[in-house]
Amino acid sequence: MDVLTSRRRLIVDGVGMSASAVGFGLVYGLSCRAAGFSPLEAGAMSTFVFAGASQFAAVGYVAGGFSWLGVVLLTAFINARHFLYSAALAPYLVNRPRVERALMAHVLTDESFALAIAHFRRIGRGDAFGYWWAAVAVVFIPWNLATLAGVLIGGAIPDPSLFGLDVIFPAAMAGLAVGLISGRREVVAALAGAVVGVALALAVDPAAGLIAGGLLGPILAMAAVRRPSPADELSLRPAPGKAPPE
Amino acid sequence: MSVALVWLALLMGAATYPWRVIPLLAPGIDRLPPTVREYLRLVGPAMLATLAAVSLAVAVDPTSRARSLHVGPEWLAVAACVVLVAARRGLLLGLIVAAGLIAGLRALNLA
Repeated sequence: MDVLTSRRRLIVDGVGMSASAVGFGLVYGLSCRAAGFSPLEAGAMSTFVFAGASQFAAVGYVAGGFSWLGVVLLTAFINARHFLYSAALAPYLVNRPRVERALMAHVLTDESFALAIAHFRRIGRGDAFGYWWAAVAVVFIPWNLATLAGVLIGGAIPDPSLFGLDVIFPAAMAGLAVGLISGRREVVAALAGAVVGVALALAVDPAAGLIAGGLLGPILAMAAVRRPSPADELSLRPAPGKAPPE
Repeated sequence: MSVALVWLALLMGAATYPWRVIPLLAPGIDRLPPTVREYLRLVGPAMLATLAAVSLAVAVDPTSRARSLHVGPEWLAVAACVVLVAARRGLLLGLIVAAGLIAGLRALNLA
């Protein structure tokens, strides 16, 4: 797919993700307000941490009287999955200046990874515009504005789950995963990751499940599905002048 | 206005940033062995499917932090989105259908 067509698709796909960011951001702002955070504190969390799951967890931990050291360590644990996102995107962005890559890292989230990796795979290379659009226009700005709206306006905002906004995140992740599947290995990686992730999330913790699913899914797929050898690939090609088998 | 938690936000950001930046700045990331490149190629579908499955199937009690398996109409909504994406109808339409389905069921007290 050419870059402009893929960018158009990225922008359209991003509309739904923005709605999700707004919904979760509003709920996060409301949680901050209920826990006694000032608007500045809530905004600082969304700007400097910019990682929804750990921000929600921190609200509960702060309200529960956890030590700051405990909150910071748990944040590092919950957000460890970003290492995998960064590693998967890095080969596509290696030609960008180091300063730009360092800035890109701060806005790397579940949503921006999902949109960017799908875009890069469609065009077969990296695209800085696509990454910045996914990370800043689709997620960072809506998330931060919604956080402020939630903490400032509070109870005047209707519950986003009434509009089904809470289902957008899993639906978007599943939909984008389907878009990345081009063979049996991807299918096995996705299914294995999901099964391992849910099992560990139930047994240990959701953050542990996410890390384990992302780490082990590809390993299980590579072990279970043998790559076609060059000889197999040759035997699958039709002979010159012959039509491929029906 | 209280600002004490701004410092906590900075510390949390500092705890998160290394995970995000180290691979992006690692030298030689474009010269990895083919096996590692293949592994990283598969991280995308594995991670996105894991995110979808965990956020859909694992319910966490906000007070006790107890975890339980959640099975509900949200699964149907996500399945509808997946079917629409697989049929090349576009992610946005899939998300609208998924959210609309759940909103409708909740309005009817069916979800």
